[in-house]
Amino acid sequence: MSNDDIYRQAFIEGLSIEENEFNEELEYNTIVEWDSIGHMSLMSALEDAFNISLDTDDIVDFSSFQKGKEILQKYQVAI
Amino acid sequence: MFADTIETIDQCAPFALKEAEKNKLFLNRINYLNQHHYENCAPYQNIINFLGSDKPVKQLSDAQYLPVQLFKHKELYSIKNEDIVKTMTSSGTSGQQVSKIFLDKKTANKQTKVLSKIVKDFIGGKRLPMLIIDTIDTIKKRSAFSARTAAIRGFSIFAKSQYFLLNGDLSFNENTLHEFHSKFSHEPFLIFGFTSFIYEKFISELEKRNLNYDLSQATLIHGGGWKKLESKAISNHAYKEKLKSLCNITRVHNYYGMVEQTGSIFMECEEGRLHCSNYSDILIRDEHFQLCGHGENGLIQLLSLLPGSYPGHNILTEDMGKIIGIDDCPCGRKGKTFQALGRAAQAELRGCSDVS
Repeated sequence: MSNDDIYRQAFIEGLSIEENEFNEELEYNTIVEWDSIGHMSLMSALEDAFNISLDTDDIVDFSSFQKGKEILQKYQVAI
Repeated sequence: MFADTIETIDQCAPFALKEAEKNKLFLNRINYLNQHHYENCAPYQNIINFLGSDKPVKQLSDAQYLPVQLFKHKELYSIKNEDIVKTMTSSGTSGQQVSKIFLDKKTANKQTKVLSKIVKDFIGGKRLPMLIIDTIDTIKKRSAFSARTAAIRGFSIFAKSQYFLLNGDLSFNENTLHEFHSKFSHEPFLIFGFTSFIYEKFISELEKRNLNYDLSQATLIHGGGWKKLESKAISNHAYKEKLKSLCNITRVHNYYGMVEQTGSIFMECEEGRLHCSNYSDILIRDEHFQLCGHGENGLIQLLSLLPGSYPGHNILTEDMGKIIGIDDCPCGRKGKTFQALGRAAQAELRGCSDVS
């Protein structure tokens, strides 16, 4: 799987949503599943998938699917 | 419209501003919020028209505050109904009215950012394993959002892996403690929970069961109030002593805050003082609502720069407290420091989650 696929898959699994509910415009607090609980499970899914450890600041700034790509660059994950 | 100063404040470390500097920026944002809520919340406008004037103030103490009880009786918000993403409630016991706080995306986001900024100043930016003295059921329900839920969820941003110490019926689960201890006790970790829960479900259980776990790597953060412990007459000092003697925990931070001003919490520093950050301020008033001098006990008035979606930026609480100092704490953090002294006599009793 490419990083792009892994990244998408982490959203689907981390937020426990169906594939057809996923889209690239997803933002924090705009769907029921991506609330503060969903957020932490999404963060764990990403950490496991890319074998990284996110800092608190990045967890707080991780506000959308798109923004997340920028953040992961800091951890040498190119998407 | 007032120029909003929040972005300037965001650029500063949370405890870096000295009183004079802070006050200028702070007052500006308060005037901005006064005007914002006056224009966007009709019930607030009525209250302000009735109580005083909507003119900008030159001193913080002249800004009109609302009694905190008001949030129990009125639904106050300054946003469109469809922009409400979260409604938080204080955890009143059955039969009590609860406060309702309405958040939009912007305010909810701001609360998280500021909470993170403040707490990081005490524990650093790395996320740590976290033992939560509560049951996982507390955070499971998506719809119910009590102050306890909000606190645990809010603090979860500092957690690497979360372990919930209590069973669903709030009983102590030694297996969980054992597992957590064997996995994480050799590295820095966090213990988090409500003040009364930590006392009743953790400290007391360790004592009763005669358990000796070395938890010296822990930083323990607790909040939510001492009210439930009043009958036990346990002081902050005794609480800390017990944690030290039972399991070697020496880093203990109480925090003070309320659901009406989530995010801009007051953390207790290493010197045992509660600290205002750049995002909050405190005034103490006597029984005639006049300002008290330093060291004088009175009612706590709290100001927060965060509430944009509801007019909770300036409230008179039902708690007693006293100012200790300004910019002079030996811990090095600037700003006002104070002590919270519990619920004012004869004040209407509220839930457990919003008093310290």
